[in-house]
Amino acid sequence: MEFIPHTVEQQQEMLSEIGLTMDGLFADIPADLKAKSFNLPAGLSEMEARSRLAELAGKNSIDLTLFLGGGFYDHFIPSAVYSIISRSEFYTAYTPYQPELSQGTLQAIYEYQSAICRLTDMEVSNASLYDGGTAMYEAMMMALRITGRNRVIIDDSVNPIYRVMIHSYTRNLQIDLEETHCTDGLADRNEILDKLDDQTAAIIVQNPNFFGCIDDFTDLAKAAHEKGALLLVSCYPISLGILKTPGAMGADIVTGEGQSLGMPMSFGGPYLGFMAARKEHVRKMPGRVVGETTDREGRRAFVLTLQAREQHIRRDKATSNICSNEALCALTALVYLSLLGKEGLKETAQRCADKASYAYQRLTAIRGVEPRFKTRWFFNEFVVDLPCEAADVFARLIEKGFAAGFPLSRYYKKMENSMLICVTEKRTKQEIGMLAEALESVL
Amino acid sequence: MKLLFERSVPGRRGVCPGPSDVPTSVNIKDDLLRDRGAALPELSELDVVRHFTELSRRNFGVDTNFYPLGSCTMKYNPKVAERIASYPGFAHLHPLLPQLRMGGMLIQGALAILHEMDVLLREITGMGGFTMQPMAGAHGELTGMMIMAAYHRDKGNKKTILLAPDSAHGTNPASAAIAGYRVVSIPSDADGVMDLKALKAAINDEVVGVMLTCPNTLGLFNPHIREICDLIHSVDGLAYYDGANLNAIVGKARPGDFGFDIVHLNLHKTFATPHGGGGPGAGPVGVRDHLVPFLPVSVVVKRADGTYALEYDRPKSIGYIAPFYGNFGIVLRAYVYILLLGKDGLARVAENAVLNANYVRCKLKDHYAPAFDKLCKHECVFSTTEKMAANGVHAIDIAKALIDRGFHPPTVYFPTIVKEAMMIEPTETESKETLDAFIAAMIEIAELAQKDPEALKAAPVTTPVSRPNETAAAKNLDIACLG
Repeated sequence: MEFIPHTVEQQQEMLSEIGLTMDGLFADIPADLKAKSFNLPAGLSEMEARSRLAELAGKNSIDLTLFLGGGFYDHFIPSAVYSIISRSEFYTAYTPYQPELSQGTLQAIYEYQSAICRLTDMEVSNASLYDGGTAMYEAMMMALRITGRNRVIIDDSVNPIYRVMIHSYTRNLQIDLEETHCTDGLADRNEILDKLDDQTAAIIVQNPNFFGCIDDFTDLAKAAHEKGALLLVSCYPISLGILKTPGAMGADIVTGEGQSLGMPMSFGGPYLGFMAARKEHVRKMPGRVVGETTDREGRRAFVLTLQAREQHIRRDKATSNICSNEALCALTALVYLSLLGKEGLKETAQRCADKASYAYQRLTAIRGVEPRFKTRWFFNEFVVDLPCEAADVFARLIEKGFAAGFPLSRYYKKMENSMLICVTEKRTKQEIGMLAEALESVL
Repeated sequence: MKLLFERSVPGRRGVCPGPSDVPTSVNIKDDLLRDRGAALPELSELDVVRHFTELSRRNFGVDTNFYPLGSCTMKYNPKVAERIASYPGFAHLHPLLPQLRMGGMLIQGALAILHEMDVLLREITGMGGFTMQPMAGAHGELTGMMIMAAYHRDKGNKKTILLAPDSAHGTNPASAAIAGYRVVSIPSDADGVMDLKALKAAINDEVVGVMLTCPNTLGLFNPHIREICDLIHSVDGLAYYDGANLNAIVGKARPGDFGFDIVHLNLHKTFATPHGGGGPGAGPVGVRDHLVPFLPVSVVVKRADGTYALEYDRPKSIGYIAPFYGNFGIVLRAYVYILLLGKDGLARVAENAVLNANYVRCKLKDHYAPAFDKLCKHECVFSTTEKMAANGVHAIDIAKALIDRGFHPPTVYFPTIVKEAMMIEPTETESKETLDAFIAAMIEIAELAQKDPEALKAAPVTTPVSRPNETAAAKNLDIACLG
């Protein structure tokens, strides 16, 4: 199956009109640089391709009941989300360089930026970054630019997947990255304040943190600001339906993974990194930004703005190298937030918290299953200690049809028996009950 | 047009979660909660659908109009790839599953696709191994620079200078700088390719490597490409191939055969995944055999029993650059595309992409000033003529006049080394009729530039807005409606 419209006659006609042959079109490639090998399979028809891919899709199990989160969540996606983002006027367009024929994309990004600001209580947002991890890395780099300092404190209750990414990205750079250790599921104020000094560019924390525990970082914002440092908060956008916002805590830059806003888990991507900040920092922000203006007849119009920060203008002096971002995912998030609206997001967040609370009660009622932390304040994930290795329990429950949670030993020492359990609004009371029974039966 | 927020009616509801089957318990203390609900719009589902449908009608896409945006490869995006990406067996997979005991056996189909893409892309480029993790072209560049840094660190080299041509995509110098390198720009010669003499003068032991696009952003194939790679290797530098323009040579020539050590590919260009209005894309990175140990973790491996697994124990790896396995949904679409076209289909992609670019070049060269009047690859670059300039007509005026004639303009003012540049990349999926209509419109505009330049200045007149004030947008910054 090919997508080339020319007939053989048309090709010949075109070649003769320009006085070339098909081989002549490649005459500028020296003979010794022609492909030494190009051993690919023959093409397939659409019918063959669909059947081949359906077979591969069939080798992926999708009938597990998921209590697995860890920053990536199985939320309900309204049908209208897919209908809207499937409009090919959106998905077959490119970066809106020509504003006259991109007002759809541009206005949607402006609205997305507005929605992210309203969700996080921040003042400015960019048009998207790749994912929550690269967004955190970009926020850290932004904090270094703003403060002119090179020390960063990151708490180990921040998603470990993001922390290993940040370690990779900074290996060739002169950055002093210090990790602090949370105590009883919450960022340890003593250790953080002890490390905080006038060389610190930023403190990076997460809410709810990787263990699902809810914190209020107002004190850390104040302490950071007193030392001329910034507070960077990574957050879970669904939780902001009910939780205190990073803006209200005094955060300077807010990032997060937007997958939960209408994107399927899709085996790791495409996802959405979002970033919001205080207005004073807007010129140090990475990524595309859309602004409102007027056209020459005074009509409302939207354009890419502050482009002087970007790679296509500033080259090696740019605030980031990002070009293609996750525009369609940003649109997805915007459509999701519009469909749920103010009350719908609040109800969804509350539903997650209620179901997690119910699951917590059911599971910790099982003999040998204990809450790991003293804090009672969690959003839709919580940690339990099991009487044996969590990874074993996970494997035993897979056989019963559950992805029961995330065994924490993968990233945390001395947590071999701990499991992070996630409950979204999609899980029913019955499924939670079945998980409790299954867990009890395998212990 | 109204903003979503301006359509909001207090109390109106869209999608509701429905009644709860568990007790509502106030389980979170008040001071951890937000004091008022997020100020999101309150709309019905139909309000939302109408709003976005109206917005979509204010967009050009490949499905609606010819989109010859240079260096972006705006080809047709096959619908079957969209359909397959939505199969529940792909869309609903939790990415952590294969990292957990027993979990890997539950997603063998997904791992097989990642592994097969590695094999296919190796053959397409002549490289030794790929990672699918980079989530866009520029992300691939940064990954490539990190691999370059790891290589030099491993050898104990203390080098800092990265060479790139003055015609490079802006992402090249930006990626190198972010990876911690100092960028030295090499001028282009009279033939439009990297000046070999200038390169030789710039090469020394401080050089970590070179970043090149071939064919370059002028659409020109550099005949000295192997010599350049050899020169870089002579100082233990690495040659990086920016694969943004691979559409021009796919099936005909391979960066691995030229001597490149690291390449990235833009799946949203050559391999027809949708551009999405600016992403999501995917920028897999391939390396020569000796650099495979530096690839990011995890790596998908095929075991002796035919099953697939993730491998993490790779001590020389640069580490994690993405949360998981990259933009899997995009890699999947590109995989479908490669399966559909196969060996012969992919070679015909390059043939017809180059045919179309040269057809447009030859038909327009008497009406506009070609940057280089010679055989091009996937794209051709023109400037305004002297007469147009004398009449005050700029590339932007020609671009805007094209919009009124139903065409997306070429990339304008890039590459920056060409004055008043218009960079046209037709791609292979466009028909002769479309090209002829575009050529006719370009010629008509060239004539108007002589006869009635004011008419071009007035363009566009058919769009919802015309020439928005970008200076005012940057000066009176309004980038969010905060309510």
